[in-house]
Amino acid sequence: MSTASTALPSRRRRGNATFWLGLILVGGIVLAGVVSFFWTPYALSDMAGGRLEAPSAAHWAGTDRLGRDLFTQLMIGARIALIVGCGAVGIGAVIGVATGILAAFATRFLDDALAAFFDILIAFPTLLIAMLVVAAREEASLGTAILALGIGLSPIVGRITRILTKQVLGQDYITAARVSGTSWGAIVYWHILPNIVPFLGVNLALQFGLAVMAEASLSYLGLGAPPPNASWGRMLQEAQGTVYTAPWGAILPGLALFALVIGINLLADGLRDRFDPARRDG
Amino acid sequence: MVRYMLRRLVILLLSLFIAAVVLFVLLRLLPGDPANALVGVGATPEQIAAAQAQLGSDQPLSLQFLTYLGDLARFDLGNSFVSRSSVLDEISRRLSVTLPLTLASFVLALVIAIPFGILAAVKADRWYGLLLSVISQIGIAVPVFWLGILLVYEFSLNLRLLPSGGFPLRGYADPGRAIESMVLPVLTIAIVMSASLMRYVRAATLEVLGSDFLRTARALGESHTGALMRHGLRNAAVPVVSVLGIELSTTFLGAVVVEQVFSLPGMGSMLLLGIQQRDYPNIQGVLIVSTLLVLLTGFLADILQRVLDPRLRKEAR
Repeated sequence: MSTASTALPSRRRRGNATFWLGLILVGGIVLAGVVSFFWTPYALSDMAGGRLEAPSAAHWAGTDRLGRDLFTQLMIGARIALIVGCGAVGIGAVIGVATGILAAFATRFLDDALAAFFDILIAFPTLLIAMLVVAAREEASLGTAILALGIGLSPIVGRITRILTKQVLGQDYITAARVSGTSWGAIVYWHILPNIVPFLGVNLALQFGLAVMAEASLSYLGLGAPPPNASWGRMLQEAQGTVYTAPWGAILPGLALFALVIGINLLADGLRDRFDPARRDG
Repeated sequence: MVRYMLRRLVILLLSLFIAAVVLFVLLRLLPGDPANALVGVGATPEQIAAAQAQLGSDQPLSLQFLTYLGDLARFDLGNSFVSRSSVLDEISRRLSVTLPLTLASFVLALVIAIPFGILAAVKADRWYGLLLSVISQIGIAVPVFWLGILLVYEFSLNLRLLPSGGFPLRGYADPGRAIESMVLPVLTIAIVMSASLMRYVRAATLEVLGSDFLRTARALGESHTGALMRHGLRNAAVPVVSVLGIELSTTFLGAVVVEQVFSLPGMGSMLLLGIQQRDYPNIQGVLIVSTLLVLLTGFLADILQRVLDPRLRKEAR
């Protein structure tokens, strides 16, 4: 068994390496998504290219079966993945943090009820909830997908928030704050949120990856954003039929999705190593 | 133990009830009468009224809800709007594809994940231990349907070894082709699933490796491998079993997506077809049965966990 003093520096270096690798992968995709608002190599509906062209100087990622530029679609796909990820995690965080803190503060009965409710909803898989919401709405849209995924993520966030909040509430300084007359609202704002945000942040990053993956699955199944949006999942669905003649069309969107998810996971791992003193000290 | 099982059973039934309520609310209270879906576009008001009477959607919601619960309690999932056939029959036909697919993938994933996960933990400081961890990190981020498409490209289109999709019309009466058409889907799910399982196995083993009881066993003269086999694995199994339930459910959901990649006639395609055709009884049936399976899995995992670990049985709950 190696001693802490020798294990520590190598571990920290490795944590930093994963953090930077994650940052580069995610940063590259964020850049592509942001640039897509101002500039793409071609217009999304431009069918001027030949059908199923291989990657070339004119079309960096080749073209699809309608002659549209795939690199343009990949950039817009990055934008959509990021919007869905942020939107779903945002909705999930707002609902989850609010109910989680409420549960932690509530009376024993309400707390038990909410905790059980989180567990039940977690057993209800996110993708099924999302499909259900899409089924219930008349038309599939990007907003529906984001809302559905956000609702699906909220119980997971709620359960973690509840546990984290309870840990903070057990601390002496909360008792001190109560005794000195601080209101519950101020305690949540000044003591609870700052203490749970680092841990919650790492978890939300992981949820971001889940949301992006789930949106791609929905789009792949034809339940995501409708055609003008070039989601990576939909690109994969369209490219599947021509995978033999044009493999790059099926490889590249999946690779982009893979890069974003693994980038986020690495980033989360790196952040956890920085924030979590217990892990940092081995 | 019996008290715990009863308690857990009550939670299971309660969960199923809540799930049923959520389904009812989402499918009935949102815009659009299911009767419209039944008669189709361009129906006369009389036809719609007749369809409403047939479905009972002209009744007050409270009465509709009670009828719905009563039907569920009798396992009556109604008839499809489109094919008019029994939803339950259709589901059992579909499950004969989805369940073998799920279970075979899950077992294969375990067969891969357990030895490699333990190896990754025991040899964490060797290059191959590290390599295994990196591979599992990579596997977790691979989109399952993408892997399916890539496997089809390589094994069906390039090497022409296996069918790229579909299922024999005669089903398992044609065992050779049925098994052939399952190989790639099972591989697809198992590879992705084993990556995340491996991470849990590795973490649980690492935890055990640093434990006091293992050090004591070593001090009492057991070999490292012997101590790990006799005391370590059972302890490492407890946290792994608790995620197995979730992982099995995830496998089931992965199957729903992967069925689409390989055009297998399972629960996933039934749900998608139902959504496209607004076939509410089919959608509701698939979701109820899927939720039941997911909840049952969690129930069994919790029980199994307590069988494995007597310490948990002593807890107050």
